[in-house]
Amino acid sequence: MRPSLPALALTGLAATTAAEAAELSLSVEIPQLQVTEYHRPYVAVWVERPDRSAAVNLAVWYETRNARGTTWLKDMREWWRRTGRELTMPADGISSATRAPGRHVITVDAGQGELSRLPPGQYNLVVEAAREVGGRELVRVPFQWPPAAQTGSAQGTSELGAVTLDIKP
Amino acid sequence: MKLRSMTRLALAAMLVLPLSAEAHRMWLLPSATVLSGNDPWVTIDASISNELFTPEIAMPIEALSVIAPDGTAGEAANPHRGRVRSTFDMQLRQPGTYRFVVAAEDVIASWMQDGQRRRWRGTREAMAAAVPANAQQLRVNLSQRRVETFATRGAPTQGALQPTNKGLELVPVTHPTDLAAGEPARFRLLLDGQPARDIEVSVVPGDSRYRDAENEAKFRADAEGVVTVTWRGPGRYWLGASVRDQNSGLPNVGRVATYAATLEVLP
Repeated sequence: MRPSLPALALTGLAATTAAEAAELSLSVEIPQLQVTEYHRPYVAVWVERPDRSAAVNLAVWYETRNARGTTWLKDMREWWRRTGRELTMPADGISSATRAPGRHVITVDAGQGELSRLPPGQYNLVVEAAREVGGRELVRVPFQWPPAAQTGSAQGTSELGAVTLDIKP
Repeated sequence: MKLRSMTRLALAAMLVLPLSAEAHRMWLLPSATVLSGNDPWVTIDASISNELFTPEIAMPIEALSVIAPDGTAGEAANPHRGRVRSTFDMQLRQPGTYRFVVAAEDVIASWMQDGQRRRWRGTREAMAAAVPANAQQLRVNLSQRRVETFATRGAPTQGALQPTNKGLELVPVTHPTDLAAGEPARFRLLLDGQPARDIEVSVVPGDSRYRDAENEAKFRADAEGVVTVTWRGPGRYWLGASVRDQNSGLPNVGRVATYAATLEVLP
């Protein structure tokens, strides 16, 4: 961000400095499901503004080995509408293969990439999962930016387990 | 036959013709409106029915046109006309929004001849030869119909959504494949390219077989032809509107211009 007013420039500078050191650690649990036909879920993780628009894409897990894997990206409905449909896949630094059931940790250096340019404000971290022959679930974890030391969590009930956000300023 | 020889009685008669064409709804129903991936396919059913979207009478699709995101004409694959429905497929090779259109116009005439009612339907050019000069109680109307639906691969685009400025049309304010339950949608209705001010738009949710009431909602456009539609929830909807006027381009012939679209509202 490049504010034109001196006062804003100062605020912006402070925010950037704070964000540079920050580390954002997210834990996403994919539950073990007792179903006849199991496919690993597609999962998208992004940062959402209060008006639900997408600010930063953090991760997309989809079927990368299958040439038709992108066909089902739209099943992550919210993500697709807010940001996914604008991306070209595979998306560098964002997309990767689907993950097995278990706990997965994503660590983001807030001083790099899009996150370093995130204006101060209130945001949600959003995790959306959609599974073939299964369901869809979306959870939100609110957080403040620039970050103070904070943790937040949300609990999925069907396609997601515990989602925990840990921010170190 | 010279149309100006029509009697004043005929003119009066066609003004009171009922809007009977609206009893049946024409629709194109896509298998999906929001798609991702490389060159996905959609399949589209075309039918005419009362119940939505239960096909009853196959809609002729000879007049089908497919408009690709770059504005060029696309060609549908596997067209088939059954008895109950017509169908065709389309592979979305370009990213963006495709528009599927069945637009047609007919002159519909009826008259008394030798004590019997005669009916004729055809092109404006063929009318003069088909309707006898001594036709009694002649009623003539021009029916201008446009039935549409939309499907988008990737991000929605506008290239296929340009109006022809002929008849009744819908142009997006809200994109027709970016509809979500809980978010009002706005569309502009145009009649011959001009805002269809104050026009009434009918919106009926699909799956009407599984409820007792039709649940038709009516919305009135403002002076700019812009209508704001609120949805009852996620699902597929039929949206329709109709205008009756004298702008058929033929002397003493009225016009009924109708527009219908199938729209998908996601949760």
